[in-house]
Amino acid sequence: MEGDIGLWGVPLAILGGAIRVSTPFIFVSLGETITERSGRINLGLEGTLVFGAMAAYAIAVETGSPWIGVLAAMVAGAGFGLLHGWICSFPKVNDIAVGIALMLFGMGLAFFFGKPYIQPSAPNLPAIPLGDWSSLPQVRAALNVNVLFLVGAALALALWWAFKNTKIGLIVRVVGDSADAARAMGLSPNTVRLFATAAGGALAAIGGAYLSLYYPGSWNERLSSGQGLMAVALVIFARWNPLGCFAAALLFGGAGALGPALQSVGVTQGYYLFYAAPYVLTLIVMIAASSPGRALAGAPGELSITR
Amino acid sequence: MTDIAAPASAVLSPPRAPLALAWLARRAEGVVIPLGALLAGMALFSVFLLLLGKSPSTFLELMWRGGFGSWFSIQNALLRATPLIFAALCVALPARLGLTVIGGEGAIVLGGVAAAAFGHWLGNAPSVIVLAAMAAAGMVAGGLWIGAVGALRHYRAVNETISSLLMAYIAIALMNHLVEGPLRDPASLNKPSTHPLTEAARVGPIPGMDVHWGLVVALLACVACWLLIEKTRWGFAARVAGGNVRAAQIQGLAVGPLIVGFCALSGALAGLAGMFEVAAVQGSANASLAAGYGYAGILVAFLARQNPLGVVPVAFLLGGIAAAGGLIQRRMGLPDATILVLQGMLFIVVLMSETLYGRFKCFDPDRWKRAP
Repeated sequence: MEGDIGLWGVPLAILGGAIRVSTPFIFVSLGETITERSGRINLGLEGTLVFGAMAAYAIAVETGSPWIGVLAAMVAGAGFGLLHGWICSFPKVNDIAVGIALMLFGMGLAFFFGKPYIQPSAPNLPAIPLGDWSSLPQVRAALNVNVLFLVGAALALALWWAFKNTKIGLIVRVVGDSADAARAMGLSPNTVRLFATAAGGALAAIGGAYLSLYYPGSWNERLSSGQGLMAVALVIFARWNPLGCFAAALLFGGAGALGPALQSVGVTQGYYLFYAAPYVLTLIVMIAASSPGRALAGAPGELSITR
Repeated sequence: MTDIAAPASAVLSPPRAPLALAWLARRAEGVVIPLGALLAGMALFSVFLLLLGKSPSTFLELMWRGGFGSWFSIQNALLRATPLIFAALCVALPARLGLTVIGGEGAIVLGGVAAAAFGHWLGNAPSVIVLAAMAAAGMVAGGLWIGAVGALRHYRAVNETISSLLMAYIAIALMNHLVEGPLRDPASLNKPSTHPLTEAARVGPIPGMDVHWGLVVALLACVACWLLIEKTRWGFAARVAGGNVRAAQIQGLAVGPLIVGFCALSGALAGLAGMFEVAAVQGSANASLAAGYGYAGILVAFLARQNPLGVVPVAFLLGGIAAAGGLIQRRMGLPDATILVLQGMLFIVVLMSETLYGRFKCFDPDRWKRAP
């Protein structure tokens, strides 16, 4: 009986996987929420995520500390955000196209500078074994929760509160809903969006650092498989609500864990199709969340993607 | 985004400057600004190389030698330009409707797999029939894929940029499934592939060149797309809808079928790219199909300002840069991602240059008289 729980291993592995896989989604989608709430969309977070993963890994290898690596990723991610915000502040520049360009640019730079770091191994981010009470190894594996997951959960709560109750939250929302109203209040929409995009980039890069420093915990050019992009779609589904982002990230994490979980119990048929599950789920969710003829509930008024 | 306003304004306000000169000035803006952006991007990349302690002049020399300097390298550039042209058309056609479709990679991949499946199935039939069936299969697969993106956009208001990219990921997963499962040639051990195509199912080189017939088809497709947009009523309707969807609907244009049709056509062209990669280059469908042509095609389309004829020189240029990649990598000790960095920088600078349109008086004959 010990260690042999049969098909129960599948939901358990999906739960554990959801916690493990969802963390990058949480950070990227929270970052994108801040950016989109300010009225701009940054589609380039996939590039930021990949570059953040590389930067975190490289710095962790050089310094021996994964946390300095995470910090370096945040700085790099904020840099990409500032670049996006700066370019988009010119008139007639399309924020969606700039995002596509920065996605390709970030990935190119990450592969360029990351080449020497494919071989060496970096110290991993620590995890907290919350499942020690159980004698089942599967349960313990599933509940071995990384610190960043908990940070992400706390961050979602904090952002949800901050958007409602703080001055900065109000400023971001005003700029996102009406640039004219913001200007009438004496705010500069471009400046607010610059910082909102920088903050979004920094958070997205943490998601990348999690990929390279914890799960899967290595750096290579196939590390990310569109998490950054799916997180952008997820924000729409979550209706720009940080708590919704957290819940949706868990759902997506579960979908992402479906393939490996089925494989672990011996289902190998259609292996690649299960890997498509998160993308299919994202698409279904987008179809369900969108509707022709009326604006999305909760959408920032200035957002180009929903107009 | 588009320069469709130019001919309209020429009709509305009688030209004050000599006609030929005014015509030239209006056309020049769309050429001079992208060229300037290209040069600025190269300059930026040179600074990047200098910071790394590499020589930009060596880079340029190798790029010339590997991509443009000899008949051999020109053919290499043309070979790589072929899928880029198709991929860029896949971006440029929907762009005329105001849509940013970036998932051409998915249509390329599925077009290639569908073509390989039909090529294997009909392998013993006469060459004309096999190739026609393969092209049709590739176009249908790609057309359905991107057509679905257009349908989701119009009937469900799903953002086409995100959905097309998601569809590209799904397409690649589907290809991996088919190539490693139902369509796999058991003899392909290390690199799972479909069955190798028979001679009848292969596309040969253009006489006197190493470049396959796909290049000719790609050039014809560019001309056809240009004619479609500029000279037909569907193209006109698309341009109206791209300018203002509501206005188009009030005019009684069937915007939905228009969007789905243009997206399906652009996907079919990308599918054709996959068909030629399989039938002329690879000889079977495998993971090499997802070589990033779909993404480089986005850059080509934006550099060409979404103009089907502009796509040709830009694709040749970027094809040459890609062809020189291997040489640059070996001689300068730079990683293979160098080309990606260059492409990214060019892309960013080109997008920034969008802000310059309409700022220079010299491109606007209507403002010549008022100039001090």
